[in-house]
Amino acid sequence: MDLQTIWFLAIAVLWTGYFVLEGFDFGVGMLLPVVGRDDTDRRVMINSIGPVWDGNEVWLITAIGATFAAFPAWYGSMLSGFYLPVLAIVLALIVRGVAFEYRGKVDDDRWRRRWDVAIVVGSTVPALMWGLIFANLLRGLPMGAGHVVDAGIGDLLNPFALLGALVTGSLFLLHGAVFLSLKTDGPVRVLARAVALRTALVAVPALVGFLGWTLVHRPTGWTLPVAVLTVVALVAGAGLAGRGREGWAFAATAVSVLGTSVTIFGSMFPVLIPSTTDAALSLTVAGAASGAYTLEVMSWIALVLLPLVISYQAWSYWVFRRRVTRAHIAPAH
Amino acid sequence: MDALDLARWQFGITTVYHFLFVPLTIGLSAIVAILQTAWHRTGKVEYLRATRFLGKLFLINFAMGVVTGIVQEFQFGMNWSSYSTFVGDVFGAPLAMEALLAFFLESTFIGLWIFGWDRLPRRIHLACIWIVAIGTNFSAYFIIAANAWMRHPVGFTVDESTGRARLTDIWAVLTNSQAWSTYLHVVSGAFIAAGLFVVAVSAFKLMRARWPKRADAVAPHPSEDGLFRKTLRLGLAVTAIAGALVVFSGDHQAKLMAQYEPMKLAGAEALWTDEHGAGFSLFAVGDIREGRNHINVQVPNVLSFLATGDFSGDVQGINNVQQRLEQQFGPGDYRPDIAVLYWSFRLMMGLGMAGVGIGVLGLWLTRRGRLPGKRWMYRVAILGLPAALAANVFGWILTEMGRQPWTVVGELLTAASVSPGVSLTEVAISLTAFTLLYAALAVVEAKLLFRYVLAGPAAVMPYPPDEPDTDDTGAATPEPADERVPAFVY
Ligand code: HDD
Ligand code: HEM
Ligand code: HEM
Repeated sequence: MDLQTIWFLAIAVLWTGYFVLEGFDFGVGMLLPVVGRDDTDRRVMINSIGPVWDGNEVWLITAIGATFAAFPAWYGSMLSGFYLPVLAIVLALIVRGVAFEYRGKVDDDRWRRRWDVAIVVGSTVPALMWGLIFANLLRGLPMGAGHVVDAGIGDLLNPFALLGALVTGSLFLLHGAVFLSLKTDGPVRVLARAVALRTALVAVPALVGFLGWTLVHRPTGWTLPVAVLTVVALVAGAGLAGRGREGWAFAATAVSVLGTSVTIFGSMFPVLIPSTTDAALSLTVAGAASGAYTLEVMSWIALVLLPLVISYQAWSYWVFRRRVTRAHIAPAH
Repeated sequence: MDALDLARWQFGITTVYHFLFVPLTIGLSAIVAILQTAWHRTGKVEYLRATRFLGKLFLINFAMGVVTGIVQEFQFGMNWSSYSTFVGDVFGAPLAMEALLAFFLESTFIGLWIFGWDRLPRRIHLACIWIVAIGTNFSAYFIIAANAWMRHPVGFTVDESTGRARLTDIWAVLTNSQAWSTYLHVVSGAFIAAGLFVVAVSAFKLMRARWPKRADAVAPHPSEDGLFRKTLRLGLAVTAIAGALVVFSGDHQAKLMAQYEPMKLAGAEALWTDEHGAGFSLFAVGDIREGRNHINVQVPNVLSFLATGDFSGDVQGINNVQQRLEQQFGPGDYRPDIAVLYWSFRLMMGLGMAGVGIGVLGLWLTRRGRLPGKRWMYRVAILGLPAALAANVFGWILTEMGRQPWTVVGELLTAASVSPGVSLTEVAISLTAFTLLYAALAVVEAKLLFRYVLAGPAAVMPYPPDEPDTDDTGAATPEPADERVPAFVY
């Protein structure tokens, strides 16, 4: 395998890690008003992701940074091409991050309610936008010479992309609900389980439609079994959650997020952004990549650091493995 | 007004804003780690209380540093896609290393630190905050190496067929003389700001205890006086030490600037023509169009010394550099905004050194348990904080605006860096959104910080009822086994 392919894989791994990890904390954020009936419940929910959400977000930062280094032209065309959706994501991530940190810092209901809104909006917007963006990357964009994307909002809001948004939105919601049922106890756990089942009614058909459409539009032999497995895992995840097998359920929804991401990146390769203006102007892995030397340097760095990162992040999940319950929540301060 | 201008404004605004929080994070993480180490070593509750109190303020600041940093990571691609495509090969590598090495460390271990007070063994919990402190320094080094490369590009060639930069030597990029020199200067500037932050908070609390705002104000717990005297001294000491480093590294920066970016130095000094034994300008009024000064009050020969280490060394002037650049790169205006550079340079040095002065003088005034008796002295100490932050900002304005009209000196012009496909409207929308959001967040953050400073250490770690807090014999009393999520968190 050549270095460019390896780096395409590395970036796919980073995005997949991001979707699997931040997927559930987006889900928890979106469910805040649904599952958290009172302030203590909402604090249970926030505390279940408290120690890890920032670490999860760095998977995104790293994916973006690595794309900048390994495929500069992809980085430039994608972020400038999806200008407004990316702007929406960045703004959302800002208010969401601040909200987690500041919500509990003043003991006042109005204050907390405002930050709750920020958490819900800040989680929902990126959860939808990432689906919209990646669906459009699969579908293609009007793109001229020099890989300059020339897409208006109208071009981005096509049925396939909207379906993509629905898929990431509902998938993360379900993933988050299962996470809550795994990591909390008491009323939050009970409600989260019920929500997981109901969300599956939307998530499963949306996923089937989206993956099927992707397979037809960008056919690649091996993505078919992956897509099937992805759907099976999602159905199993919802079912297992309903039966109280929460650990397995979470593993299953994680596999379905992972499978969705693998299908997206697998279908994409080797055309990063297809041009709907003229197929010859499409941006390919080879056209976007950095030089061999950069890729080699980066490979060594990633080879040394990524296992280290994964091990200490895993350790931090281990440290905070206990369920969070209402009894754990100290009175407001 | 076109998309380029707005994109530049946006970059300036968002980066300056990010850099208000960054220096505090860099310095405060280490200061908090030092305090926690002191607690670990001595077992004095006082240090634990100081750790938790300053730790809370640190976290409020940290949150803003993190979220404003996210913007930076995306912004190059959104507004500067031509630049990104040109430099990604070289510039992207340190950026990716920063994320892999530094951001993961910081974000994971800060989570462990915040939530781990009663979950982790003491020693490991202490290690977490040190890892965060070290992580911020890695982060600063890599981003500065990337930035230094733009001022002094090394270790690359330009690919003839694609017109893109190609990395040839990563080691050259990471050991760029501009990189380590700038790193030293920026980190010492950061410690000045953080030191003065601690000074400002301590001085404020000591001042309020002596001169209460209202006669009936509740007196602070008796132990707080001792606590804030200690943190005051610590902050002053950090500021003074960092002050020595900032001068040393700043001098080195000026020498590198004379060598690699003579136009920036000439602009910062409003020096129009090449001079032998040039003087350091204290105050000048110039005419940019005519390329000369009307008034210029100088200290003779000092500029030559600053730039070359020799009182009679040669320093290049704006008009002459302009001619040389035209010969090299063809016709064009290669002059940055002289007035901005000139005044930024002076404000950086003036405000920053005033802050350092507070550190040095303060150490003298608080020697052997003394405390100044005049209220205005406390007020001046508090003003050190905004002065230091402003000095940091002006330093960056000098650095970044002095690089104009280039983004990558000698290789890529700013005008050629902007995203070709992005419209004026789009940049206007994002510039407006960021500015408004940032303004709102600034108010929230300032209020929150102030609120926690006012509430004092008792709010983050209540005093046990009628037990004198000063009774800290031997090892720290074990924390009560509390299974709840500590009130420290969300
Ligand atoms: C409290 C902060 C502070 C203080 C007291 C000083 N500086 Fe500074 N300076 C900075 C904070 C700073 C900074 C914000 O950190 C900058 C911006 C970029 C950089 O390298 O550091 C900077 C940049 C900067 C540059 C521009 C580097 C370039 O563009 O390549 C020079 C030449 C100096 N400084 C020189 C000095 C000298 C001679 C000082 C001594 C009195 C001094 N600085 C005090
Ligand atoms: C260390 C990483 C940094 C990098 C890679 C970087 C890079 C850039 C780039 C690409 C631009 C836009 C193009 C241009 O106008 O030249 C810019 C402009 C600017 N940056 Fe930086 N910068 C960094 C740090 C900072 C910091 C910390 C500050 C301030 C606190 C700062 C202040 C500015 C300002 C004020 C401008 C606008 C200058 C102008 O357009 O005239 N930069 N920088
Ligand atoms: C313009 C270029 C810059 C980029 C792309 C950038 C990127 C980022 C990002 C993405 C984060 C958030 C990390 C997280 O989620 O944990 C961050 C935080 C941070 N950045 Fe920047 N940054 C820039 C400028 C700078 C400069 C010039 C410095 C230091 C001299 C710096 C030092 C830091 C530090 C110490 C943090 C940690 C948290 C905090 O700031 O409070 N950054 N940065």
